Amino acid sequence: MTTKAQPRVRVPAQAKAGEIIEIKSLISHEMESGQRKDAEGKQIPRKILNTFQASFDGKPFFTASWFPSISANPYQSFFFKATRSGEFKFTWRDDDGSIAEHVAKLTVA
Amino acid sequence: MEFKEARWTRRQTLAAGAIAAFAAALAPRLALATEADVAGELKKLYGDKSFAEGRIKLDIPQIAENGLVVPLNIDVESPMTEADHVKAVHVFADGNPLPQVLTYQFTPESGKASASTRIRLAQTQNVICVAEMSDGKLFTAKANVKVTIGGCGG
Repeated sequence: MTTKAQPRVRVPAQAKAGEIIEIKSLISHEMESGQRKDAEGKQIPRKILNTFQASFDGKPFFTASWFPSISANPYQSFFFKATRSGEFKFTWRDDDGSIAEHVAKLTVA
Repeated sequence: MEFKEARWTRRQTLAAGAIAAFAAALAPRLALATEADVAGELKKLYGDKSFAEGRIKLDIPQIAENGLVVPLNIDVESPMTEADHVKAVHVFADGNPLPQVLTYQFTPESGKASASTRIRLAQTQNVICVAEMSDGKLFTAKANVKVTIGGCGG
């Protein structure tokens, strides 16, 4: 059973120069730990999102490496110091190599 | 010489059965990590360097009713400038199937070395957090979490 990884990110669209903004992200994913067994007693292979990265104008500023101990539908909140307008890119990398992405613009007044 | 009959009384049999059932319930179904595994992971990362207490605020419930979703908030005190910032934060759990939980990499652009997520805990255990500063200094914090319903396996 696989659900398509659907990212949701809450990030302010505007900020003052020097302001530290909080970014909250949530993505639907079962984060199959590789520890569970199916009805026939066979090990269910591990399939998790192993890396989350947040970049601003192409430069990564926050990276999270996740292990199977991260809950299903992983939530991640973190901070960013706004200095100029630009574009955020958030990426989630799956064990199977697929990547989920979310892009958001930030305007600094 | 007197021979005693080796047969158990009914009361003894019941008590032994109860103890066996209790032990079986306690025995882990999975191979779980130990404190030594966490120490091993830390040695792999940082060798024999020493860790100081402080600067880390590890916010996790003391009692987690549901081990599948335990909120975790980490806050490391730092000016987060180019010269002095938090480079990495590692979280370990000494009673989960794998000792590693997560690793964060921060930059001065992070503004604040603070992050929240939700983790799985298989049983009552310690959650250990280690922070690496840009000058190489290491800090650590530990919290014991009592887990009512474990969040691994199934």
